[in-house]
Amino acid sequence: MRFLFKTHYNQDIDHLKHGGDRFWYGLLLVLVAAAPAALDTFYLGELNLVMIYAIAGVGLMLLVGYTGQVSLGHAAFLAIGAYTHSLLLGAGVPFLFSLVAAVLVSALVGAGVGWIALRMTGIYLAIATLAFAMLTEQTISRAEWLTGGFRGLAVPQPSLFGMPLTEGWQRYYLTLALLVVTLLLALNILRSSTGRAMVAIRDSEISAESVGINLAVYKTLAFALSAGITGLAGALFAHRLGYLSPDAFTFLISLQLLLMVVVGGVGSMRGVIYGALFIGFLPQLLAIARDTLPPQIAQAPGLEPGIFGLILVLVILFEPQGIFGRWLKIKSYFQLFPLYRRATHRRQKTYLRTERLR
Amino acid sequence: MSYLAVTDLSISFGGIRAVDDVSFEVEEGEVFAIIGPNGAGKTTLFNLVSGIYFPDGGSVRFAGRDITSLPAHRIAPLGLARTFQNIELFEHATVLQNLLIGRHVHRRSTALSHLLFLPAVRREELEHRRRVEDVIDLLELAHYREQRIANLPYGVRKVVEVGRALCLEPKLLLLDEPTSGLNPEESEDMGFWIEDINRDLGVTVVMVAHDMGLVSRVAGRVLALNEGRVIAEGSPADVQKNPAVVDAYLGAD
Repeated sequence: MRFLFKTHYNQDIDHLKHGGDRFWYGLLLVLVAAAPAALDTFYLGELNLVMIYAIAGVGLMLLVGYTGQVSLGHAAFLAIGAYTHSLLLGAGVPFLFSLVAAVLVSALVGAGVGWIALRMTGIYLAIATLAFAMLTEQTISRAEWLTGGFRGLAVPQPSLFGMPLTEGWQRYYLTLALLVVTLLLALNILRSSTGRAMVAIRDSEISAESVGINLAVYKTLAFALSAGITGLAGALFAHRLGYLSPDAFTFLISLQLLLMVVVGGVGSMRGVIYGALFIGFLPQLLAIARDTLPPQIAQAPGLEPGIFGLILVLVILFEPQGIFGRWLKIKSYFQLFPLYRRATHRRQKTYLRTERLR
Repeated sequence: MSYLAVTDLSISFGGIRAVDDVSFEVEEGEVFAIIGPNGAGKTTLFNLVSGIYFPDGGSVRFAGRDITSLPAHRIAPLGLARTFQNIELFEHATVLQNLLIGRHVHRRSTALSHLLFLPAVRREELEHRRRVEDVIDLLELAHYREQRIANLPYGVRKVVEVGRALCLEPKLLLLDEPTSGLNPEESEDMGFWIEDINRDLGVTVVMVAHDMGLVSRVAGRVLALNEGRVIAEGSPADVQKNPAVVDAYLGAD
């Protein structure tokens, strides 16, 4: 077990708390940077997709895991990011600028949705965001003069500083860099008073208000941040798809994003990465498993969504903290060995709380 | 002009006048207690003063400013902090984070600079942390600093909530039943802390309490409520002897 002797408050503020952190994250960075040399094109593409999911997941995690506002409509922000980016690229705007514009447009729409949905919480908010996503999908399919509707929209090839990004490894490094930047920005928010205000709103709106947190401002801000980051993922997703049409951004995508956050572990950024790996690679694992399973099972229709659903139910029942929560328990088992007891992580009783005052 | 002046404050929920024409004044630097049987309107009165409810009539003035119609998040920065009867902490955050959230009104940097965590933000964070550590020292919370609220016993949560209110560096502190659910030893400690907060930090304290031992020890003046109305006001000894108060608690013959 590691004992940290803290001598400065900076040690609580820094992202990397100790030598172990620096070593393991450094190693991870070296490994993902070296991945293009070791992996074939297919798996590199899949890893690229996982990282795109992870970026969207960071955005959704800020909203769901840290601000406590459930959204079932994040596919809409993905779509807005994707279409904005593709349309601007098509109009000859340089790659980086159109990327930034995609983020800003999504954030702006997100702020609008957040502002409208201010009075709603829980299931009502989920339904409102769901309605917004359907509205967006419909708008995109009807606005044929802009988006091409169901005929689709070809995504122009990206190029950075005059260098076309056509190879798989180039896209991979681009996504990797953006994921790292996004994660750092999100973690920065979380270690400052803005992030703490979000956490405060998640845990108790009434006392958040009483310590001077303006609920309207911070909820809208959380929506904007979340939507902006998801819009960035959308822009990258557009290049992955190559051809945009409204049916690429259905309710299932929203659900998958939420699933990623829940399975990974609500309330942790590492959970996002675990969740993204899960969402990204489960279809591959299923495809491999299909070859070995008897054909009656392997060819059954709806096998994939069925297994997704089953896993979601099992996670919520048996490990509400997701993969990240399970990892913490495994870690503390070894740290405390042989003193770990089953009760160590039993959920504590909650005491009576003030009834909702409004 | 007194520090906190509540004038003819009223609010109804449906047909019930929960707070009915209540007036009282609190002077700067005193400890003022509000007592009354269950349902007397004590907590509702607190919710009206701290901006969680808006009154049907009457006014609240704090430090010379009319705060009657200000929402809670605009009252807190004026120097008014509160605790809750049933504890409203941020359950899934650590004690340290809870106390840091209490520093919210003292933030100076913008969300954009937080995104980039500019050097100025780090300096500000260090400053917040230093102030929070002062509160941790005062309330002897060092042992629990890194623990999540969800894992803490009730008595410690009660103290953390007072700590969070202190992190606002308030001028006026509203304590809603600071000793309810505490054992005698913890109540004793809470009494000392309230005295310390009042005397050493110069914070004016208004508290709702049932524990008459605590009230007579720390409070200078007491206001007794029953069914939303003021029935007595004065020194703890006088109010305890007041026939209307005795009737309210024990019932008239």
